[in-house]
Amino acid sequence: MIAAVKRLACALVIVAAASVPALTQEAAPEPPAASAVPPASPPSAPAVEIETLPPRSGNFTFEGPFGTFDRAALQRGFQVYKDVCAACHSLQYIAFRHLAEEGGPSLSEDQVRALAVAYRVPAGPNEQGQTIDANGQPLMRPATPADHIPPPFPNEQAARASNNGALPPDLSLIVKARLGGADYLYSILTGYGQQPPAGVTVGSGRFYNPYFRGGQIAMPPPLNPDSVTYADGTMATVEQEARDVVTFLSWAADPKMEERKRTGFSVMIFLLVLASLLYFSYQRVWYGRH
Amino acid sequence: MSGPSTYQPKTGVTRWLDSRLPIIRFTHDHVLTFPTPRNLNVWYTFGAILAFFLGLQIATGIVLAMHYTPDAERAFDSIEHIMRDVNSGWLIRYLHSNGASMFFLAVYIHMFRGLYYGSYKAPRELLWILGVLLYTLMILTAFLGYTLPWGQMSFWAATVITSLFSALPGIGEPIVQWLWGGFGVDSPTLNRFFSLHYLLPFVLVGLVVLHIWALHVPGNNNPLGIDVKSPRDTVPFHPYYTVKDFFYLTCFLILFAYFVFFAPEALSSPENSEHANPIVTPPEIVPEWYFLPFYTVLRSIPDKLTGVIALFAALGTLFFVPWLDLSKVRSARFRPVYKQFFWIFVADCLILGYVGANPVDATLLNTSIPLVWIGRIATLYYFAFFLVIMPLVGKLERPNPLPDSIANSVLSNAPHRTESAT
Repeated sequence: MIAAVKRLACALVIVAAASVPALTQEAAPEPPAASAVPPASPPSAPAVEIETLPPRSGNFTFEGPFGTFDRAALQRGFQVYKDVCAACHSLQYIAFRHLAEEGGPSLSEDQVRALAVAYRVPAGPNEQGQTIDANGQPLMRPATPADHIPPPFPNEQAARASNNGALPPDLSLIVKARLGGADYLYSILTGYGQQPPAGVTVGSGRFYNPYFRGGQIAMPPPLNPDSVTYADGTMATVEQEARDVVTFLSWAADPKMEERKRTGFSVMIFLLVLASLLYFSYQRVWYGRH
Repeated sequence: MSGPSTYQPKTGVTRWLDSRLPIIRFTHDHVLTFPTPRNLNVWYTFGAILAFFLGLQIATGIVLAMHYTPDAERAFDSIEHIMRDVNSGWLIRYLHSNGASMFFLAVYIHMFRGLYYGSYKAPRELLWILGVLLYTLMILTAFLGYTLPWGQMSFWAATVITSLFSALPGIGEPIVQWLWGGFGVDSPTLNRFFSLHYLLPFVLVGLVVLHIWALHVPGNNNPLGIDVKSPRDTVPFHPYYTVKDFFYLTCFLILFAYFVFFAPEALSSPENSEHANPIVTPPEIVPEWYFLPFYTVLRSIPDKLTGVIALFAALGTLFFVPWLDLSKVRSARFRPVYKQFFWIFVADCLILGYVGANPVDATLLNTSIPLVWIGRIATLYYFAFFLVIMPLVGKLERPNPLPDSIANSVLSNAPHRTESAT
């Protein structure tokens, strides 16, 4: 019931699914499903509805049962995250050491150590039991590979204050947390710069992006050509940066993907062999009895 | 059913044990030599598959509980800890979360099989009722377990389902607060859900023992629905049904492994990868696929209290099936009319599921037929099937003639084969 109420509220401003032609119809004429829901009469003052586009396919290397991450793309993607996204978005479930793990960007231990010490994280209490210095500032220490990547803002309030009231979501699970996953994220990142449909006024502090639900996103276009300079000489186009960072974030959401698919392959072979052996045993045991 | 025991202890130790705790004799009689109708088909292997999945859920669940923290602040983080840092934690968790789906898939096949072959009819009424009780506890356990990851859908599913009780006049609110342990779904709720989620599977094990006990008194029903009349009608459970069950279990595990290793999140909502947030309602609150038919029943009825009553009635009706079906014949094979209504009922449950998976204001595919009305018709059929069709068809239908024995029916299909009954 809560779902129903909420849905109707949302339906006044946004259109949920994109592909169904019935979307253009007026509000549904059918009676409400639950008592708590008022009859769905035509909305009194509808905002101009922007059709949400379905995500574009990114054709990533990690799709499908045999897909793996492109190691170079993971490393470039981490660079995009670090140099661009990290200004606003945290990555709370990723520790520096994860970057050296198998199946991920596979940085070397030395690279991870060198990377970590450049960050400062809150230190524990010192010998006097203090956690703040003489100026009232928290005691800090250089990060180690065991530390998680520090967030750009100390808390939600600070994050909102710096972002026009919007909260940049944590990116550790963003690929899993959005319908359409990697393709959705890729579409969002490359979906800026298009002309909004006639009659649509993009709100202040909002940007038109047809892949975003409702079409108006609070995130300014994050990627520009040459936002980063890739060490491997790859041209840093918006398209390239988007593909790389989506690859990296797909790993961040599902760091055991390669191990999982590899294990699954062995398990499948095992089960198929076992099933055939059992099938022949079954036929043998039952011969003449059914 | 099992008749006099044929177990002969051969050594001093087994004789000593047999006169004190005849556990070997029990296993021998109930697992090895148990006389089982020789005509059980693939749909009868789901009992063993269910037993396997109950064991798997308990085993993986115990390991998960070693790493999980039932606290609103830390539950979500502890799941991510399992997924990222615990050795093979991702495997254990995906086995558990997808195992729940497979468990329900198997139980639905098992239940439809029972409905088709009339496995609930005398003398197996208690066997059926214990089965419905097991299913009810499975639903409760799955619901509690779904709350534990403390994602958005966990939180809102818990909120919506517990709030159903607020429809009760007068006592509704106090009951909901009592369930929550507070004025909203929070740490106390999560903690008690975890405790009960850990407890209930062991209650399930106890009920499974009763279920099998109640099975082993009259013995298995079979696709012909006629009683076992002579030893020629049966084969010993081992090796005939052990090998058959293992084969089909392995086939089922291939499907399971596909989900675990190649589509582990296909059956779960993306919303649940977001931390629970009491002030942000997800655009859609959709239950897990195995609850969707019941969800449609709830949503089909415009009055909240009536909807909740219908929801519980949809489950509760199952308990009375042994007395709603008035047919003298068990198996739908010999019931030409019931058989058709049965398959419509299967389709009806799928339609209920489809409607439940869609938003309330959705329409059927590219038409303008509102799904809510399809859900209502499907709900009506659901109840009519049990309350009207079962008794009426049972009374009015003229069943086809039954074969005189299982052995004759089965072996006459293959007269060229060597016949040797046990």
